[in-house]
Amino acid sequence: MVAASGVPVAMPRGRSLWDDAFESLRRNRAAMFAVALMAAVVVLVLAGPWLSPYTLDSTDWERISAAPSLSTAHWFGTDDVGRDLFVRTLHGGRISLLVGLAATSVSLLIGIAWGATAGYAGGRIDQLMMRVVDVLYAMPFMFFVILLMVFFGRNIFLIFVAVGAINWLDMARIVRGQTLSLKKKEFVEAARAGGVSPVNIVRRHIVPNLLGVVVVYVTLTIPQVILVESFLSFLGLGVQEPMTSWGALVNDGAQVMETAPWALIFPATFLALTLFCFNFIGDGLRDALDPRDRRSGA
Amino acid sequence: MTVPQPASLLAVDSLSVTYRSERATVQAVDALSFALQAGETLGIVGESGSGKTQTALALMGLLPATAAVSGHARFGGHDLLALSEHELNTLRGQALSMIFQDPMTALNPHLTIGRQMARVLERHQQLSRRAALTQAAQMLDRVRVPEARARLQQYPHEMSGGMRQRIMIATALLCRPQLLIADEPTTALDVTVQAQILLLMRELQQELGTAILLITHDMGVVAANCDRVLVMRSGGQQETGPVDAVFANPQDGYTRELLAAVPRLDAEQPRRLAVVGRTAGGVASVPDYQPADQVVLQVSDLQVRFAAGRTGWFGPRRWLRAVDGVSFSLRSGETLGVVGESGCGKSTLARAVLQLLTGYRGQVLLLGENLGDLARAEMTARRRDLQVIFQDPLASLNPRMTVGDIVAEPLQTFQPQLSRTQRLTRVQALLEKVGLQPEHVNRYPHEFSGGQCQRIGIARALISGPQLIICDEPVSALDVSVQAQVINLLMDLQQEMGLSLIFIAHDLAVVRHISHRVLVMYLGRVAEIAPRDALYKAPRHPYTRALISAVPIPDPQLERVRTRTLLAGDVPSPLNPPSGCAFRTRCPLADARCAAERPVLRTVGESEVACHHADALALA
Repeated sequence: MVAASGVPVAMPRGRSLWDDAFESLRRNRAAMFAVALMAAVVVLVLAGPWLSPYTLDSTDWERISAAPSLSTAHWFGTDDVGRDLFVRTLHGGRISLLVGLAATSVSLLIGIAWGATAGYAGGRIDQLMMRVVDVLYAMPFMFFVILLMVFFGRNIFLIFVAVGAINWLDMARIVRGQTLSLKKKEFVEAARAGGVSPVNIVRRHIVPNLLGVVVVYVTLTIPQVILVESFLSFLGLGVQEPMTSWGALVNDGAQVMETAPWALIFPATFLALTLFCFNFIGDGLRDALDPRDRRSGA
Repeated sequence: MTVPQPASLLAVDSLSVTYRSERATVQAVDALSFALQAGETLGIVGESGSGKTQTALALMGLLPATAAVSGHARFGGHDLLALSEHELNTLRGQALSMIFQDPMTALNPHLTIGRQMARVLERHQQLSRRAALTQAAQMLDRVRVPEARARLQQYPHEMSGGMRQRIMIATALLCRPQLLIADEPTTALDVTVQAQILLLMRELQQELGTAILLITHDMGVVAANCDRVLVMRSGGQQETGPVDAVFANPQDGYTRELLAAVPRLDAEQPRRLAVVGRTAGGVASVPDYQPADQVVLQVSDLQVRFAAGRTGWFGPRRWLRAVDGVSFSLRSGETLGVVGESGCGKSTLARAVLQLLTGYRGQVLLLGENLGDLARAEMTARRRDLQVIFQDPLASLNPRMTVGDIVAEPLQTFQPQLSRTQRLTRVQALLEKVGLQPEHVNRYPHEFSGGQCQRIGIARALISGPQLIICDEPVSALDVSVQAQVINLLMDLQQEMGLSLIFIAHDLAVVRHISHRVLVMYLGRVAEIAPRDALYKAPRHPYTRALISAVPIPDPQLERVRTRTLLAGDVPSPLNPPSGCAFRTRCPLADARCAAERPVLRTVGESEVACHHADALALA
């Protein structure tokens, strides 16, 4: 035996399903364009504010509601108190993307743990855990948010909590459904016959196999969360001044739409572009991870 | 005789089917030519991927748009491959029909049987609905569907698989087609039902004079049903001729190997199966491995039932008795074959023995220890001796794990003290043993073929050094040649390591080949347990007898003189099993006692049989 005698053998790395999926994603032009565009937006949002001579809350008293202009370095114009919209739009982007990522991560962690546990345990535990989800579903979301705001005041973290607390419910249901079908698979039975503990079965065999569906769902959840935050900000329940988000900027811009259209156009364009990108990436991922598309190997 | 006559019904000339994609070009069918006379049956046989189904679909004009088809197929003055969709539609269902492998997916679940059948006649013969339904009922009578009139009102899901396939055949024959293409028509059915359907097709062919193109992977089915045979491999013709000539004296090497790779029910002594493409000619005999006397597994009165809803809202809960009082024992180094038709509880039995389902009744003693009494941690430790191999080779491997991790996983539980390199060494040694390359550890399951995946599954089962391996249909998803390799491997490993095997299968020839003793199950109960030779030479239970007689043997001359004891009807629902003897509804010997009294297992000769008439049958 070559291996037993200690002679090192070259062991070529195999192609995992993820490798396959990424290659097929790379061939999807729409998705790759969306990835590139998204990357550009992220870089701009992170680095952009330094390019401008203005800061988030500095007011330029000479130019109130000024139109975009290269010479004044107000590239996106100013709002009705003379703050630079370029800086504010990019700062707003940071908040919007942060809310999207943070709230989605919260829902991802709780949702996967909850759903996989319920699905794998089955029986009474499953019933109990899913009834909890049903009860939480029944709570009116806006009422819940307003209640939080009234009790704890307006705070960015409350938005993460509120949105995450609602979104994990969907995730838990999706993950539970996947788990139910996965746990009947023969490789899970083989693992049980091999004495693998339930925790390790969920960790090693169930979760990696449902990540495909989860990833697709995440790319659709992030824009949804951004929209929810925008909606809250639009209602005046979102971030607090001087901080801002795309939703809050769109709200402000909508009120001066006739006199200063740039105050609406720029944040709205960024918001729309981001949503567009996430949806295209999600679509591409769904195609790339679709198991029907994959050769069966037989 | 093999020269195509000018008046042949179907003349296929250099048919090619090609799939082109960005990455590769696949030649599914490669310049295939054959002819079919009126009223004749031509069998197309080959392993998966040989292009047999592609040929059928091309003739029917059913290939997807991505397929490029070339060549000619002359049929009644038309070239099937050159016809427009509209012209094809007037031929299809009228002069040319097809039946598919899976009768469930081939019937529309939202329409009644009558509606689906009447539509064919309304379309092709412009009959009124009423006249069409009358004809449909007559055709159902012809394919021996009982209560044909009432069936017309039913939906496909209300019928059994065998009944659905009869309806498919009736629908295909409604317009008296000249040519019927049957693509694996009995592969999804149990052997006893397969025998019924094949007999029916032969009878109808004689009555109606239909030519049949029978596509199958089963050499036995070809031998029993075809006039001529065409052997396909990777899209091309390997050999063709009358069945007698091809089976008695195959000219082509591949045909010879294919025939040698099939375990035969009528073989004198089980011999080592030839492996296609490896051993040419030299077929070693199997040294019959003798089991030791130590009892490894003792199962007594095992019962498994599943809750199946209630009758009405407040009615009593109904129970499905999947396994209903099964007892057997297994000695060290012995192979016990478990056979029975689908739904007889074979797999449930396996899962109960493996302790993968809880809440069974009865005892499972492994090396004298009752597994049901063990605490969870003790059971986990015990699993080391008790492993399993599954039917679907790809589904039994986690697609996200590398082969090395998959095979090593049981080691992490049973020998957690091993270091990573020690584990790797063990895994690589074992991969080599099951015929894979040790450097494959970092690859993923989908990079392997079905047979290789099954070897990986075997390696995983072996790594903990078990006493007993339960093989749940380990070869039924594999092609004949790969099946032969896997069976040989299992037998070699058993001999080398003294393993005990429970080998579950529905293929009686495979079970005969590998087993020392055989257990026949029917509706969750044991019909008969006997040493292999006793069971196959002198079956004591009428069900065993019918099962064995239903298996087609790859020898056309033998098939012609064989008399079959055909069973009537289908397996009853385990939700509502017959009283007394479960088999009595299909048994030719059934009498009043069988309905009243449940037979117990008793010893008759070398066998243990659960039948009131076993003595009479032994004399007959």
